[in-house]
Amino acid sequence: MTPMQIIFILTAAATLSAAVLVVTTRNIIHAALWLIVSLFGVAVFYVLLNAGFFAVVQVVIYIGAIAILFIFAVMLTRRLMSDSGPQSNTNWWLAAVISVLLFVGLIWMLSSWRGVTGEPPVLKSNIDTIGLLGRALVSPDGFVLPFELASVLLVAALIGAIYVAWERK
Amino acid sequence: MMVPLSWYLIFSAALFCVGLFGVLSRKNAVAILMGIELMLNAVNVNLIAFWRYRSPSFIAGQAFAIIVFAVAASEVAVGLALIISIYRRRNTVVADEIDMMKF
Amino acid sequence: MTIATLIWLLPFPPLLAFGLIVLFTNRNKALSHTLAVGAALLSWLGSMIIFWQALRVHNFSQNPFVSSINWLPILNQWLSIGVWVDPLTVATLFFVAWTILMIFIYSVGYHNFGQPKGDHDQAGLQPHGATVNNEYGHAHKVPSIEPLYSRFFAFIALFAFGMYTLVISDNLLTLFVGWEIMGLCSYLLIGFWYAKPSARAAAIKAFLTTRVGDVVMLLGIVYLYSQTGSLSYRTIFSKEILHQLTTVTAPGNFLGLSAAGLIGILLFIGTVGKSAQWPLHVWLPDAMEGPTPVSAMIHAATMVSAGVYMVIRAFPLLSAGWVEGGSLTPAMAVMAFIGTFTALFAATIALAQNDIKRVLAFSTISQLGFMIAALGVGAYVAAAFHLVTHAFFKALLFLGSGSIIHGMEHGVLHTNEEVDPQNMFNMGGLRTKMPLTFWTFVIGGFSLSGVPLITAGFWSKDEILAEAFTYKHWIVFITLALTTLLTAFYTMRQITLTFMGKPRTESAHHAQESSWTMTFPLIILGVLAISAGWVGIPSDFWGLTLPHSWFHEFVGSTLMEHPAAVAFSWFPFLTSVVVSFGGLILGWLVYRNVQEGAVDPLQKPLGWIYTTLKNKYYFDELYNLLFVRPAYWIADTFTNQWLDRGIIDGFLHGVARVAFSIGGIFRNYVDKPVINGFGDFIGEGVKKFGRRFRVIQTGRVQQYMLMALIVAFGTLFYYLIFVVRP
Repeated sequence: MTPMQIIFILTAAATLSAAVLVVTTRNIIHAALWLIVSLFGVAVFYVLLNAGFFAVVQVVIYIGAIAILFIFAVMLTRRLMSDSGPQSNTNWWLAAVISVLLFVGLIWMLSSWRGVTGEPPVLKSNIDTIGLLGRALVSPDGFVLPFELASVLLVAALIGAIYVAWERK
Repeated sequence: MMVPLSWYLIFSAALFCVGLFGVLSRKNAVAILMGIELMLNAVNVNLIAFWRYRSPSFIAGQAFAIIVFAVAASEVAVGLALIISIYRRRNTVVADEIDMMKF
Repeated sequence: MTIATLIWLLPFPPLLAFGLIVLFTNRNKALSHTLAVGAALLSWLGSMIIFWQALRVHNFSQNPFVSSINWLPILNQWLSIGVWVDPLTVATLFFVAWTILMIFIYSVGYHNFGQPKGDHDQAGLQPHGATVNNEYGHAHKVPSIEPLYSRFFAFIALFAFGMYTLVISDNLLTLFVGWEIMGLCSYLLIGFWYAKPSARAAAIKAFLTTRVGDVVMLLGIVYLYSQTGSLSYRTIFSKEILHQLTTVTAPGNFLGLSAAGLIGILLFIGTVGKSAQWPLHVWLPDAMEGPTPVSAMIHAATMVSAGVYMVIRAFPLLSAGWVEGGSLTPAMAVMAFIGTFTALFAATIALAQNDIKRVLAFSTISQLGFMIAALGVGAYVAAAFHLVTHAFFKALLFLGSGSIIHGMEHGVLHTNEEVDPQNMFNMGGLRTKMPLTFWTFVIGGFSLSGVPLITAGFWSKDEILAEAFTYKHWIVFITLALTTLLTAFYTMRQITLTFMGKPRTESAHHAQESSWTMTFPLIILGVLAISAGWVGIPSDFWGLTLPHSWFHEFVGSTLMEHPAAVAFSWFPFLTSVVVSFGGLILGWLVYRNVQEGAVDPLQKPLGWIYTTLKNKYYFDELYNLLFVRPAYWIADTFTNQWLDRGIIDGFLHGVARVAFSIGGIFRNYVDKPVINGFGDFIGEGVKKFGRRFRVIQTGRVQQYMLMALIVAFGTLFYYLIFVVRP
């Protein structure tokens, strides 16, 4: 067992258990906090996959903005100071079945694919991944169009969110 | 030996399914959105893993992941705004109580 | 314009007047009467021109004015219609034109043209008078104008058209057309005041009674046509056809008659109806419900004369096989009997009538009987002569009676008395109040009674008596002489009661003379009533040698064999004088002292005979019992209630009930359970289905997602595993 594998397994375990806790815990603040943990775990995975930029982006955006947003939302929508009763609805078992089935299905699909077990190719050591990504995102024969569209989407979402949540007197 | 691709894929599948479970079974609407976040993260992990293991010189994988980030962020923003707006109207965030999408 | 064209055009001015009045000028009274009188004047003018032209033609009877056109194609022949003006036609045209014109002018005054509208006059009723204020503010009632003034003129114009058509036609078909048109107008005009129930009933009675005659006459015409193939006079009165008809026997050897005899009798029955002979006389007295010009024209001068005209025209047919002095043909015998009987019968009834117009009505019936009796014994010329003179003096008498009634009505309006202005026993002393009417009425009455030498009636009546006497038809002679006595008697009764003595009521006291439009025709007709007789004075009167009787020569020549004039004989002449003077004197004696409120002096001596006469021998009641009530029974009870409502309607109701019940069965057993049930079942089924499935639409997003995921992933995995993989 190489150190990479150990780190992987540990991080995976942590992330998955945090995720399970996110979806099962009663206290929704706790759920948000566990979400932060699982997001951190995912950031570690990004590092393991040589996508350092994404790890940083993950932490900054997801944890720094989105998770905080979640916490704000939770606080703004609390009816009572304490959560009451179980947080799962009546059909949770069906949801569990579906999820399990999906998981099994996915695994089974994966197992039939030959390329699934493979060594990662060796990276050149001085690849400027971020620079490449940056250039790809803004070059006309690259991905400038999706980039611009994504920015438009963000603007729209921004305006939309403000308008929807605007408190009318 | 390095981590085989299949481990990452299994992990992202598991994370996706946990998120799916959360979406389908949580009462609180915000919790449902958390589940959605988990699913999106699983997708992102999947994308980056494939990028790394299959075509690291091909930057499209990362570009795609960036877009997914942006979309996830905007979707969460709008979704939470909606939940807050609904909370103001109906004074509830329990998904089962927001059942106007019927006849 | 040739004579033939003029003859063709003769009936059309009145027809045009009728059309124009009915369609356009109905509201304008002055224009309507101008059109009508103008039309009558035109036709009169045309008739006079034809008369004048006919006189100038030598041997006119051999060269009559004729013109015909082919009208109806029948197999390989034509039925032609046309005009035929021979001496008889000319004589008839003369009196028809004059009387129609005079009566048209008279009608203007009779219907009170120029008077104000009545206070409460209704259309369909007689006018009741209008209240006017004279210059002192004193209100008094005056006669009011007839509300339906123009309608009257339209109808009499149509009637004039019918009469002219009948007179100038050259075949029995158009004669019949004119006959029927006059019958229609008679109905319309008798029932002119249609809101009066008695007038309505009288109109129907007239129409139906004459209809009986008309149907039989039509049978005669049809039989004639079937035997001879033609209806025009030229053909059917020719020697060959007459010979053929006398030799052919009637179908089934009916009563041993020849075809000519049967046709003659059938045609004559038409005249019995139209000229009101017994037994179809009952309509004429009731026809007096119409306005007086109608009575004058239709029931004195023209329509009833048309019946006699027709038998005079058909005389060759009726007398086929008869020679002068020989025995009468069956048709002639029937005519002689009916004519004589009717003459006496009607004269007796006239003795006991109190209404001034009824007396004249029965007098008309009686005089027509004279004419028919004359034809029956073969006195062709005498009958035609009497027809002409009778038209003049009877029209004069009727118009005079109208004038009297007008005068009496004026008195009634003035005094507001409730008396019948037509009852002679309410009159009296009118000779001072209405002198013109008086003198013309006297002329007419004397003419009717046959006052010798002066009046036209004498000459014509004397000729009839002479012929009857000479040919030794004793019964006819005696009966007609007796009838003349009665005629004179009741005429003088009428004159005495109306004009002589003192006024018996206030209304008679206040009567006044009528307007010039009414008295002018009276004068003209008076002149004619005297002078028309002079054309027929026999050439050997009193043994003198006078110029030939123009009338005898002229009209007599119409027949194929020119009838010889009878030699003058003193006996009939003296009989005429005695009976006419005797009747007049008796009448004056009996009635000169009738006071106001008195009953008829004849009532006590005659007793039950008087009552029978007054009730017209109860013929109306008899016919009512024999014909009218059974007819109503058949119509109402039998046909209406039993057949129509019971059987036919019952059948229909039965069918309807069956249909309803079938419909009900279908509805309750097929429609509702099966069809409705099926539809309802589907509807209910869908509803139930929907209700049950509605549950899945909870509105909860998570549940929707669950379902979506199950299906999506299921499909996906199925596809991937079973489709792609193998």
